[in-house]
Amino acid sequence: MSNISFRKVRKSYGKNEVVHGVDLEVRQGEFMVFLGPSGCGKSTLLRMVAGLEQITAGDIAIGGRVVNKLEPRERGCAMVFQNYALYPHMSVGENIGYSLRVAGLSKRQRLAKVQVVADSLGLGEFLSRKPGQLSGGQRQRVAMGRAMIREPKVFLYDEPLSNLDARLRVAMRVEIRKLHQKLGTTTLFVTHDQVEAMTLADRIVVMNKGAVEQVGTPYEIYHQPQSVYVAAFVGTPGLNLLAGVADPARGLIVLTDGQTLSYDRERWPDVDAVDVLAGFRAEAVQLGPAGYGIKAVLQFTEELGASRLLHAELGGSPVIALASGFRYDQVQPTLAISVDPAQVQLFDSKTGRRLAGERLLAETTETSPSILAAE
Amino acid sequence: MIERTPILDFFTHLILLFGLICLLVPLWIVFVAASHDFHTVNQLPMPLWPGGHLFENLSLAWDKGNFDRVMLNSFIVAFGVTAGKIVLAALSAFSIVYFNYRARMLVFWIIFVTLMLPLEVRIVPTYAVAADVLRPLRSTLSFFGLEVGLPEWNLLNSYQGLILPLVATATGTFLYRQFFLTVPDDLTEAAKMDGAGPMRFFLQILMPLSKTNMAALATILFVWSWNQYLWPLLIITDHKNFATATMQLQKIVPGPMFGEPPVWNIAMAANLIVLAPPVIVTVLLQRWFVRGLISTDK
Repeated sequence: MSNISFRKVRKSYGKNEVVHGVDLEVRQGEFMVFLGPSGCGKSTLLRMVAGLEQITAGDIAIGGRVVNKLEPRERGCAMVFQNYALYPHMSVGENIGYSLRVAGLSKRQRLAKVQVVADSLGLGEFLSRKPGQLSGGQRQRVAMGRAMIREPKVFLYDEPLSNLDARLRVAMRVEIRKLHQKLGTTTLFVTHDQVEAMTLADRIVVMNKGAVEQVGTPYEIYHQPQSVYVAAFVGTPGLNLLAGVADPARGLIVLTDGQTLSYDRERWPDVDAVDVLAGFRAEAVQLGPAGYGIKAVLQFTEELGASRLLHAELGGSPVIALASGFRYDQVQPTLAISVDPAQVQLFDSKTGRRLAGERLLAETTETSPSILAAE
Repeated sequence: MIERTPILDFFTHLILLFGLICLLVPLWIVFVAASHDFHTVNQLPMPLWPGGHLFENLSLAWDKGNFDRVMLNSFIVAFGVTAGKIVLAALSAFSIVYFNYRARMLVFWIIFVTLMLPLEVRIVPTYAVAADVLRPLRSTLSFFGLEVGLPEWNLLNSYQGLILPLVATATGTFLYRQFFLTVPDDLTEAAKMDGAGPMRFFLQILMPLSKTNMAALATILFVWSWNQYLWPLLIITDHKNFATATMQLQKIVPGPMFGEPPVWNIAMAANLIVLAPPVIVTVLLQRWFVRGLISTDK
């Protein structure tokens, strides 16, 4: 168990810089998820911690010790790879115990430890099988066993669940979280799947084009996105964003087609009459009878079972509304929508950052620990 | 081919059969000739059905050709060359693929270009070096004006001389390089995370993974080195102790210059003896050989 510090960490391949100065503190025992689309530098960051990539500039410290110049094996990290990277010619037992063999442990000690780890992962009866004879989920567990047996200071997961089918992914997610609760090892987890990030993380690092966009608990990331980018990336569907001009005197946003949307003036007391982006979640949208509220043209609906997503168009921008318990016969070609002003968030339309001058309200500052505990 | 028509099947089989016959007829003649006595073999036309003197001829040929010693020599040379080539090829490919040094592409291309310079092309300089191993070093030193009294060292009439000049291999290096390139990077990184150093990775992970490739390469190389003729002929003058099987064949067929009729039955029997080891090796390793060439064992 160790904390990890990133200090102005940069990475370039030749002239092409892919990580632009990341500053980050990962607390001891924390489960930190790096979230972002492919090519945002999240895997590179993880591999720099592992020692598989050189650090171009800046420092990475594990447990207070700068590890820039250390070999991977000296850093005390264990890694689970996306394609598992099991040695195909070795049995499950040999795969799990390979690092002990390298470390020079006797065969007896090795077998005993491998047995304990394999049993804890439900692999006890597969020890003599080759990886080729295992299912995807079992291979994943072998890869985790191989990481666990070294009793590392830090666990690194590089998109470990992306090769599994949906059902198995959920099951493995639970196992990874359980493992973390049992061992309490500091964990870095890279993924492009925001559901995975939301469910697993103590804190999430949202990355965009090699820079950190926002660091926060899943609750903060979801409810207080600090930029349009985070807002649109997190959540299924992402935040609805409508362009408009603020009218602070009336507490309204005048949308491009002339309709208006009200925002909470107490939360944003000093907004100028500037171009803004108004954001709200699909579940914050309420549907009313025709002629009441803002008009949006329905384009199609997505059935989710318990609820359905209504895709509509409002002044040229897409708007998605979540309708749960909504009766299908009430869906009309023109939807009348309204949004609770407290649910409307404002972003600067030029920079894409959350509008400054927000007065944080008590209910929104209450962060996630209680929610995590409930999970 | 996805096409399946009876006529096409018939013709493809016909072509295959024709090729097979072209290959087998000479072998059949060798076998038939080896199984008759001296007089029958020299009849015109030669009989095309085997006679009853095969084992007698084989044993005569074995004694006449001093095959006790000669077969042993050939085995030593073939195994030595094969093992040497595989070790050298695997190590040089390992260096080219897994180590990031500046000259590695240059090194690879230099090795690759030697494909165009087989032993036959460079046989005179190779012989010169074998006759005086330290000569290149001496010339280099004297070019810089240094005169150093280096000892005499030659490889003539020795197993080293038969093996070492044949050990370098571009084909093997290339084959191993192609195989190493197909090994996923993740595996290398997993080994690094597990704490394995380069040599451990090479011996415990790469080598076991390349078993089928190694078998394929070994088959080709064994046959190739068994069949070497020109180089042993050149470097060996002590025929009693160091002659190889292929060299010995030439002695069993006395040419017209000796004024006696050629004893074809004995010569062909000797041929069968020399032919046997590569055939056996190929048959034994054939399954691996095909697998190693067409697919990676994953």
